[in-house]
Amino acid sequence: MSDADKIKTSRDQTYMFQSQSQSATGKSAADKAAPAPPGLLANYQQTRGAFDEFLGDEGAPRAHYSGLTQSLDELGSAELERRQETCQRLVHEQGITYNVYDDPRGLERPWQLDPVPLLISSDEWKSLETALIQRATLINLVLADCYGPQELIRSGWLPPALVFAQPDFLRPCHGTKPRGDTFLHFYAADLARSPDGQWWVMSDRTQIPTGAGYALANRLVTSRILPEAFRDGHVRRLSGFFREVQKTLMGLAQRRTDNPRIVLLTPGPYNETYFEQTYLARYLGYMLVEGQDLTVRDDKVFLKTLSGLEQVDVILRRVDDDWCDPLELRNDSMLGVPGLVEALRSGNVTVANAPGSGLLQSAAFLSFLPGLCRHVLDEELKLPSVATWWCGQESARSYVLENLDELFIKNAFRSRSRIMSPDKKLTAAELNLLRRRIEFKPELFIGQEWMKLSTAPSWGSNGVSPRRVSLRVYLVATGEGYRVLPGGLTRVAAKDGSQAVAMQRGGSSKDTWVLDEKPVDEVSLLQPAGGKIELRRVGNNLPSRMADNFFWLGRYAERADASARMLRSALLRFSPERTGSSMPVLAPLLHTLEIQGQLTRSDVETGMRHNSEALEADLLAAIYDPARPGSLCSTAGHLRRLAMLARDRTSNDVWRVLSQMEERLVRPTASIVMLAGDAVGVLNQTLLGLAAFHGLARENMTRAQGWRFLDMGYRIERMMYLCTMLDSALLSPEADNPSVLEAVLEVCDSTITYRSRYNLVPNIAAVYDLVLLDDTNPRSLLFQLIQLVKHFERLPKERDSALPSPGQRILLESVTRVRLLDPRGIYGMEGHWHESEVGRVVHEILRDLPRLSDAIAVSYFAHSAISRTGQGGQA
Amino acid sequence: MNYRIIHRTAYDYPEPVTVSHHAARVKPRTNVTQQRDSWELVIKPEPALRKMRSDYFGNRVCFFSIQEIHEQLEITATSVVSVESVTPPAVSLSLVWERVAAMFRDPVSPEVVEPYQFCFDSPLLRASPELADYARQSFSKETPMLAGVLDLNRRICADFKYDPVATTVATPLEEVLAKRRGVCQDFAHLGIAALRSLGLPARYVSGYLRTRPPEGKERLIGADASHAWFSVYCPDLGWVDFDPTNDLIPSDEHITVAYGRDFSEVTPLCGIITGGGAHEVRVSVDVKPI
Repeated sequence: MSDADKIKTSRDQTYMFQSQSQSATGKSAADKAAPAPPGLLANYQQTRGAFDEFLGDEGAPRAHYSGLTQSLDELGSAELERRQETCQRLVHEQGITYNVYDDPRGLERPWQLDPVPLLISSDEWKSLETALIQRATLINLVLADCYGPQELIRSGWLPPALVFAQPDFLRPCHGTKPRGDTFLHFYAADLARSPDGQWWVMSDRTQIPTGAGYALANRLVTSRILPEAFRDGHVRRLSGFFREVQKTLMGLAQRRTDNPRIVLLTPGPYNETYFEQTYLARYLGYMLVEGQDLTVRDDKVFLKTLSGLEQVDVILRRVDDDWCDPLELRNDSMLGVPGLVEALRSGNVTVANAPGSGLLQSAAFLSFLPGLCRHVLDEELKLPSVATWWCGQESARSYVLENLDELFIKNAFRSRSRIMSPDKKLTAAELNLLRRRIEFKPELFIGQEWMKLSTAPSWGSNGVSPRRVSLRVYLVATGEGYRVLPGGLTRVAAKDGSQAVAMQRGGSSKDTWVLDEKPVDEVSLLQPAGGKIELRRVGNNLPSRMADNFFWLGRYAERADASARMLRSALLRFSPERTGSSMPVLAPLLHTLEIQGQLTRSDVETGMRHNSEALEADLLAAIYDPARPGSLCSTAGHLRRLAMLARDRTSNDVWRVLSQMEERLVRPTASIVMLAGDAVGVLNQTLLGLAAFHGLARENMTRAQGWRFLDMGYRIERMMYLCTMLDSALLSPEADNPSVLEAVLEVCDSTITYRSRYNLVPNIAAVYDLVLLDDTNPRSLLFQLIQLVKHFERLPKERDSALPSPGQRILLESVTRVRLLDPRGIYGMEGHWHESEVGRVVHEILRDLPRLSDAIAVSYFAHSAISRTGQGGQA
Repeated sequence: MNYRIIHRTAYDYPEPVTVSHHAARVKPRTNVTQQRDSWELVIKPEPALRKMRSDYFGNRVCFFSIQEIHEQLEITATSVVSVESVTPPAVSLSLVWERVAAMFRDPVSPEVVEPYQFCFDSPLLRASPELADYARQSFSKETPMLAGVLDLNRRICADFKYDPVATTVATPLEEVLAKRRGVCQDFAHLGIAALRSLGLPARYVSGYLRTRPPEGKERLIGADASHAWFSVYCPDLGWVDFDPTNDLIPSDEHITVAYGRDFSEVTPLCGIITGGGAHEVRVSVDVKPI
């Protein structure tokens, strides 16, 4: 993804502020506070000029908070501190992250979650719910009109410029009639509460309403760290809403089938909410796909899988609408699916939200909603929006220009840049420039009132204190109208007194508890029991791109394993005192590590390293140096990134194992002297981590295509390291030196087996028999080859063809070569080991392995990129 | 005048293309002065799917996709059209430009809602104070609108050098303005953005131009290219075309194919291919009077 894409997706975060003069004066209000709440919240001080969610006008706690405060008091501050730590650990372990662009600390940032939830009483929620449903219904009708008859424009209810000047008015989508005239399947609104207790809409999210997945993740963590309060508080559950989401999407399929294919279209792992996308895909049971996984044929959308094309019925879209189809929308988009808009017109696929729905996200619409509501629904708008003036209209423009330094000036339409920030007032010169810009293109600007956000109890270093909050709520368009998620994503300012709540600006989040009067029912997301279901033994077909990821996940896992083993063997044999004498033993190991890119190439005679200090430093760099492409630490990074790409298909345990492994390989701080012995300890732990990864894969993955490609990757990599090492060993005149043979056995994890069979000093033919030919030894070359042959037999395309595929041909040749090998032929080849039959076979297999890997890639992962055809310009 | 126009586009792909989707806007529009007597589109290889529809601006678009592996693609549109000559508008009698600009300020009357959408920034064009300054030299106080446009049209032709290698389809207007060079597409864009910078509605017209061979020479077949110019909306006269490349008001030697807010909306042929590699496109246009 290009930088421009990243910037694009990071745009239009909502920032909410209150005026500077309001924040610092909390003290005087607290002095007046009447009965102080007991316990933990005893020092909680209401902020003057702001509504407090917990304390009422008289400084007395609001009734609906009593259960929670009582529960928190019972826990006490030390226990709450401990639970806060648990909260952080859970967030970390579940890998809940948020991508922050251009962040020096790296792309992924752990999600910030405040353990104290925001509470909303049931009565208050009921009125919010009705108001939100009205608003979503209205917005959907306005969208349907703008993309259809445009009556509202012609009759003057909507200023034409508001639609026509907007880059988010996608003309190619005009006239696409989505199913049931629903453009807005999902809707979110950012709410804030003013000092008088009134809820206001700060912004409408109609393009891609993000955050419901984070709300769900917050719930899972918060309900675990505050189980008592959660249980006793009659907190309304979230799962029912997601059940509605599933039903809604299912109902959008055009084909009459009990199992329509629904996919979640992601812009990829660099998108800010990639975690949420994988999380939702897994939770809702949909496949996570990128644009290149889909293709349009005959105006239908298909998923490219290993065994061919499979029709897609519904696309849950996380790619911005103008990036969805490079043919008809932005033609520089590589995130989309060419031909998608035409497929939409044909009605063969439904995209949610419908492309074009981003139009109503413009804050300029806010000031027209009351009038539209009266005209379209014949009702008053129930939930007011923050006061907004769109400069496209003369009177609003004059108002904004007259009050320029009092208002919050924003771009009316989507834009990469921000005009004002709460931290810095514009200078007189800047204001003048802004004035000229507004006068030149007024339709591009709006002025808004600065909103004073309410405060709610939040956990910080000083215990529980008030912080500014805003609430994002979510709706889904079901067959019976809109439904509201009973809860939401509460965003909270990072510090006491701070005004910015955006996650991109370091804000935190909270779970949101909507309380019910009576105990609530549990809803499960799985199929309702009792219904008949078609039994299946195979999962959904694997997209080719995912097979590619699994294959490389396997290869990198084995690369980490093999290089860790070799580095450990090398470090154990390495002694600064006897560099010279240990060299023959070390040489094959070091040579293999050089060839595979862990060690730097020695410029002296191959394998000869006399400077022990330099060698030690090089070995340590092979473990810790993130700048060295082959280092263990880089490999662990690759592994974690691949696991992230396959995140909707791997368990949390896999994720946990891999991220712990990567953390362990972070170089200790410079002040600590690194010892070879410490490094061996780290390598041991890394190997245990990898064993856990392999174990999880072997025991937990069904033997479907994903597992098959993972295993193939790992077999090929294992052969690569084994053959490289044997090849190096045989080049050395000391190949039959028992110490060298012991090292071979150790790296192949075959020492015990060897001892149990021969019980004497290693013999070269016996050792090579065990590591090459013994098909009962899971580390032998033949064992890997046989596993690969088995996998190949089960791959979809291989079964159809009469002749062996190129990959199969290489495999069969290799198996035959190894099977026909007599290791005893090596006797009498002293000093010329490499020319023996054993040496020749090892060398040939080493030569063929990259060809085998390429053959697999060509047959299964070939996804040629899309591009634009050249255009003849007009002359 | 009657014309037979053959517009051929050919692609040679160095690598096979597995699937491709295209949109072609190569069917001349019909309007008061232009009739389409026949039209044919031949595509090789024969597309699996092919259909015609109108886009948002009423241009005819042919969507097609080729789903078999192919290494060449050739699209030939043959149009027979008749174009009537028009009497040039009496430019000095048109409304003064300030009054027109005022009509296109919110709230606009329902009659001008349609042209109103050509007043704003579009995918390739941004109005700017610099462009407004450039335009204003032709629009002194109370200049009749079309007189101003005619002068702007003349100045673009005079100030900018026609240079087919200076720009590509992707060259931004700022660069054209700095280099003072370009082709018809750039000049049309320049005129449109300059007029929009004054608050006047202007649109991009894609089409063909009859070319005359030099005195005493044969007409070369296929030597023409597709052409572009711009059109402004004048409340009393409707849309009036101007060709800044040739400093003239089009009459019966310009054939209109499509119009939109800028080139991106009327690209004669655009496509997205899977595979194909770096390829060349060859375009030939032949406008033959019949």
